[in-house]
Amino acid sequence: MKQQTPPPARRRDPLSVFLRTITRLSAYLTMAALLFLIAYILWRGAPHLKPSLFQWTYTTENASMLPAIVNTVTITLLSLLMAVPVGIGSAIYLAEYAGRGNRLVTLIRLTAETLSGIPSIVYGLFGYLLFNISLKWGNTILGGTLTLAIMILPLVMRTTEEALRSVPDSFREGSFGLGAGRLRTVFAIVLPSAAPGILSGVILAVGRIVGETAALIFTAGTAAKVPDTLMGSGRTLAVHMYALFSEGFYFDEAYAAAVVLLVLVVGLNALSAYAAKRFTKGV
Amino acid sequence: MRSFAETAMRWLFLLTALVSVGAVLLICVFLFANGLPAIFEIGPAEFLLGKTWKPGNNLFGIFPMIVGSLYVTAGAMVVGVPVGVLTAVYLARFCPKRAYRVVKPAVDLLAGIPSIIYGFFGLTVLVPLMQTLFGTGGKGVLTASLLLGLMILPTVIGVSESAIRAVPESYYEGALALGASHERSVFFATLPAAKSGILAGVVLGVGRAIGETMAVIMVAGNQPAVPNSLLAGVRTMTANIVLELGYAADLHREALIATAVVLFVFILLINLCFSVLKRRSGV
Repeated sequence: MKQQTPPPARRRDPLSVFLRTITRLSAYLTMAALLFLIAYILWRGAPHLKPSLFQWTYTTENASMLPAIVNTVTITLLSLLMAVPVGIGSAIYLAEYAGRGNRLVTLIRLTAETLSGIPSIVYGLFGYLLFNISLKWGNTILGGTLTLAIMILPLVMRTTEEALRSVPDSFREGSFGLGAGRLRTVFAIVLPSAAPGILSGVILAVGRIVGETAALIFTAGTAAKVPDTLMGSGRTLAVHMYALFSEGFYFDEAYAAAVVLLVLVVGLNALSAYAAKRFTKGV
Repeated sequence: MRSFAETAMRWLFLLTALVSVGAVLLICVFLFANGLPAIFEIGPAEFLLGKTWKPGNNLFGIFPMIVGSLYVTAGAMVVGVPVGVLTAVYLARFCPKRAYRVVKPAVDLLAGIPSIIYGFFGLTVLVPLMQTLFGTGGKGVLTASLLLGLMILPTVIGVSESAIRAVPESYYEGALALGASHERSVFFATLPAAKSGILAGVVLGVGRAIGETMAVIMVAGNQPAVPNSLLAGVRTMTANIVLELGYAADLHREALIATAVVLFVFILLINLCFSVLKRRSGV
């Protein structure tokens, strides 16, 4: 990184002082907003984290979030199971196989870019139309999972492709030189070197799934239990917060859920950053 | 044998890459097939320009929602873009290395916080604040703009920072050599050169803001009328879908899907702007 030491500021020049002040103030403002947000959620929610919120079944008395946590884990794992192989496969195609200037590649990139710009409510509506209405499933965990799998696909694709591209070509050339084919080179050389970078993207995707609400309300639904099968309805933690908000009685419980959600997201972000760091060091 | 595996896997990777193309097609087909008939049944002019939304009386005019979405998005830009761009300048050019290691992850975390948590924060912090400041209900265009402005910060900061970093160092050095201070060189030589990249970040922020759902419905008031002041309640297109899809049937439901079609067209246009700007800036 190019980080030159700035030349000494000319104290007399008011414009420079002003410019420096506003950039600094903006950065402080951004930081302050984040710190205040986190501190506020913790302050409002942490005192309400009681054991009754982690009971196995949800009742109107305990407003337990444990079923929602279980559903969140289920939906996260299943969406990853669907989206990660497809995302990594696409990225391998784009980075390792496709020739430059290929029309198909342009189309794939364009659609991936489009997918990543689509708001989650549109995904939700699409999932609702496809799974709930056309396939007549009603609200199901599986429908929610499939919807989210499509939603996180472009994220996995992009981060994986970036990770693959930052593996130096000399690695590939070395592998080819030793007589390995393209397939073997990809699986034995390129993927392992890119693994931490890919992992960092996957963890970011987990963060998106965990925090998603709009795409799930009308696909997985808002039932406050762990369904017996994947064809039952169940709410995730974020949807749980929304449901508590719209019922209007459980603000304290909603804030307690917010604390759990926030801790999860902060943890995932830290993990992703750690993986990314390992990656840049490793190569 | 090996060449068979090579070919098979090559096709498999291509197949996975085509999943995203299929997904976009599927989303388009389902949205348009379910939404367009309603638009023609209601009449395109009445639907897009009608000022009354009363599903009970078969009045489906989404003009207030289109205006609402545009208002809160514009408001979010006014709030978020200056702070975001200046923070990006700080990160790219003013920040000591040590501070960078704190501020950068903080910005990433801001992007990872679920929108439902932003919504709760807005509802219990911003709304009462507006109530005491202005003596109104507290929910409205201004509150939603403030919250969305905060939410788009990481998007604007991320893209702008890489745009600023992509400007050749010689621009900055040239300005320094002509006797400009560090601040003046950054703002008057580097920043103008990063213009298209920063604009791409802003456009991406517009996409985020217009598509945001959960946070907005909690702080915008959701009245389906064209707001007459900054403090008046407002309903966005996204909010319209989430609020009514749960109980809508027949033409009402189709009108909501048609709302999503309009939103989707906006998003496609925004995406198009983004990719054009991105290509031009080479970020």
